[in-house]
Amino acid sequence: MEFKITSEIVDSVAKLTLTGELDSLSARVFQKEIEKVALQSPTALVLDLEHLAFMSSAGLRVLVFSKQKMGVGLTIYIVKPQEPIIDTLEKTGLHHSVNIVDVYPPVAS
Amino acid sequence: MAEIRIDYYPTHEFEGIKFRRGHTLPFGATMVPNGVNFSVYSSAAISCTLVLFERGEAQPYAEIPFPDEFKIGDVYCMTVFDLDYERLEYGYRMDGPFKPEEGYRFDKNVILSDPYAKVLSGRETWRADPNWDDVYPYRSRLAFEDFDWENDHPLETPIEDLTIYEMHVKGFTSHPSSEVKNAGTFSGIRNKIPYFKSLGVNCIELMPIYEFDEWENSRKNPETGELLVNYWGYSTVNFFSPKAGYAATGKFGMQVDELKTLIKELHKNGIEVFLDVVFNHTAEGDHRGHTISFRGIDNKTYYMLTPEGYYFNFSGTGNTLNCNHPVVRNMVLDCLRYWASDYHIDGFRFDLAAILGRAQDGSPLSNPPLLESLAYDPILAKCKLIAEAWDAGGLYQVGSFPAYGRWAEWNGKYRDAVRKFLKGEPGMIGEMSQRIQGSPDMYSSRGPTASINFVACHDGFTLKDMFTYNEKHNEANGEDNNDGANDNNSWNCGVEGETDDVAINFLRHKQIKNALSLLMVSQGVPMILMGDEMGQTQRGNNNTYCQDTEWNWLNWSLLKSNPDLFNFAQQIIRFRKAHPVLRSATHFRHYDYADSGIPDISFHGTQAWRPDWAETSRVLGFMLCGSHAKAGTIRDETIYVAMNMYWEPLNFELPNLADGTNWYVFANTDMANSEDIHAVGEEHLLENQSAFFVGSRSIVILVAK
Repeated sequence: MEFKITSEIVDSVAKLTLTGELDSLSARVFQKEIEKVALQSPTALVLDLEHLAFMSSAGLRVLVFSKQKMGVGLTIYIVKPQEPIIDTLEKTGLHHSVNIVDVYPPVAS
Repeated sequence: MAEIRIDYYPTHEFEGIKFRRGHTLPFGATMVPNGVNFSVYSSAAISCTLVLFERGEAQPYAEIPFPDEFKIGDVYCMTVFDLDYERLEYGYRMDGPFKPEEGYRFDKNVILSDPYAKVLSGRETWRADPNWDDVYPYRSRLAFEDFDWENDHPLETPIEDLTIYEMHVKGFTSHPSSEVKNAGTFSGIRNKIPYFKSLGVNCIELMPIYEFDEWENSRKNPETGELLVNYWGYSTVNFFSPKAGYAATGKFGMQVDELKTLIKELHKNGIEVFLDVVFNHTAEGDHRGHTISFRGIDNKTYYMLTPEGYYFNFSGTGNTLNCNHPVVRNMVLDCLRYWASDYHIDGFRFDLAAILGRAQDGSPLSNPPLLESLAYDPILAKCKLIAEAWDAGGLYQVGSFPAYGRWAEWNGKYRDAVRKFLKGEPGMIGEMSQRIQGSPDMYSSRGPTASINFVACHDGFTLKDMFTYNEKHNEANGEDNNDGANDNNSWNCGVEGETDDVAINFLRHKQIKNALSLLMVSQGVPMILMGDEMGQTQRGNNNTYCQDTEWNWLNWSLLKSNPDLFNFAQQIIRFRKAHPVLRSATHFRHYDYADSGIPDISFHGTQAWRPDWAETSRVLGFMLCGSHAKAGTIRDETIYVAMNMYWEPLNFELPNLADGTNWYVFANTDMANSEDIHAVGEEHLLENQSAFFVGSRSIVILVAK
């Protein structure tokens, strides 16, 4: 499925919605979008992955890049990732660097 | 994306691919602005071609000959632009003479792996059927350097404070009873970190994790007809790449990240990570073997060759890496530096390390440059270096390995002495007195930390099998039971193999507890083999290198069937941790330098202060004075250990305690479950403070408080 990405920044929160398949080619598009929003110095990065079916290692690297590009002060939320993506995040330890949530903003428990 | 540097611009083009002259160093493939720098050494090739593949494609999409002017000395170097870092697979073709009798084995028809590749594809999933017709089966790839280590760094735990757990990545969680997600992988180990904490070990030593090919064994199990595999992995394909098949994410090429994540999590839990590294040979075998990398790049440099051009075989596996050739020496050094700095590895155990001290003609060197380089290397300065100080060519250097004040050794003499002592062999008391002190007879100037003490390791019987089998039973390895060691010093306790005999099974458990006790009260650094804490068996096979079976998979249900063993192991490890007097960095002096009234160590027999050194004696007691802990710098409790390996119970007179303290029983291996050992701090006050009736083949540990 073709990769698509949309982004908006509201109140220092950058929200990116990714759909389709994030492979090594589309990861470059993702990275460019991250670089674009990084210019606004957001305090939170919200990635809506509900309709993202696949994320390659290149896609995961962009997540690491986001953290390193925007600094440790940036909180990354991953909204509704599909099971295979959660699995890969866990195996590579990236789940420690992000917050996996069902909705954003997260509902207080 | 960063702007392209003005000085990083293509000057050449070949079939649409842009490139320029590269950097000679570092060797390997290095990501540079907008491109990749390739650098490879060959002293005798007449030309070299860079071969580029799109990931997984059958044929290369480009082959770029290195222009003559891109060769500096013996190094071919080129920077290629606009490559897809994620999807690139690369290799080399080297042209040159094929004259085996002169040591040259060039073959430009073969695509060769980069000796410095950081990731290898081709064996991404353990035992997945490979494509046997692949023109390039082990493909070099690029590794990214963006792993988020947070604040992690190697732990630098003093070596005398370590308890090492030797384990196999796959075997640790492959058994269904492990009940972990991602069984048999780095990720699977991460799920079991709480287990290490519960057992109490603070260092894991991973059997080889450099990329190897599990399919290289061509034998079949004669009993089942199944194809055997290279399970242990002592056959390196590439020294810089982690084994992809050990990563749940190997098929995504994320094995580097998964392994680093494991190491980071272990460090967070105070657990060090050692690697068992195999620099004595490679997977290319002898003159009949496959050409994968080194043989086709520079056979004469990388291997020790006979004058006729055959391979010296000091490793017992076909070839011998030419470790003291300056180029190979630098590769080994580069490799270990890479693992120490990029993977935060805490220590290395060198397989058949005596080979690393051999000259290029195979003769032993008195001052081997490689061992000296490793000992004094600034990046490896805090890494533990441990030698398996022998080789298959007959060089045995336990106690005499060139150490440069840095190297420790797997103490094979400790293993042999303890096994004989536990068997009840006569004439062992003198030697045992040395072994429990950290072998000062062998390491007088190096201290007890030179001695890695072990009773069982991956090579040989498990502890359970040591007391279950007199003879090895290796028929399933397909070598007519000719493989594996014959001098096991094992004893089956009366029946060969498993039995329902309650008395024999009790004795076997007691002997395992005896072995664990000796390990934990000996000076030096204890090492336990995975599963020995719960009675793992290999059914009498003492060389399971080729068995991807339950023999090698840790059976976690043994925790339920042998709870006494696991509890004993837990408590005895905690005991060692709680008592610094057991973990001295320096040898005992045998006199009282702390004004406590007793020497730092004293020996006893059935009569206090009168050890029985006779040939027929099988008893030894020793007392460690708590005031002398850590060379008198820490005050600990005094500990007394009575060892009776005679087949009858014996009454041991106890040393008098003049300081008003009393003897408490911590462990008595002769007792049945729950009375055999107590938690630290919950030892039982001894009724009779002057003597202890020590059971046959038993060990008693007392503390004074």
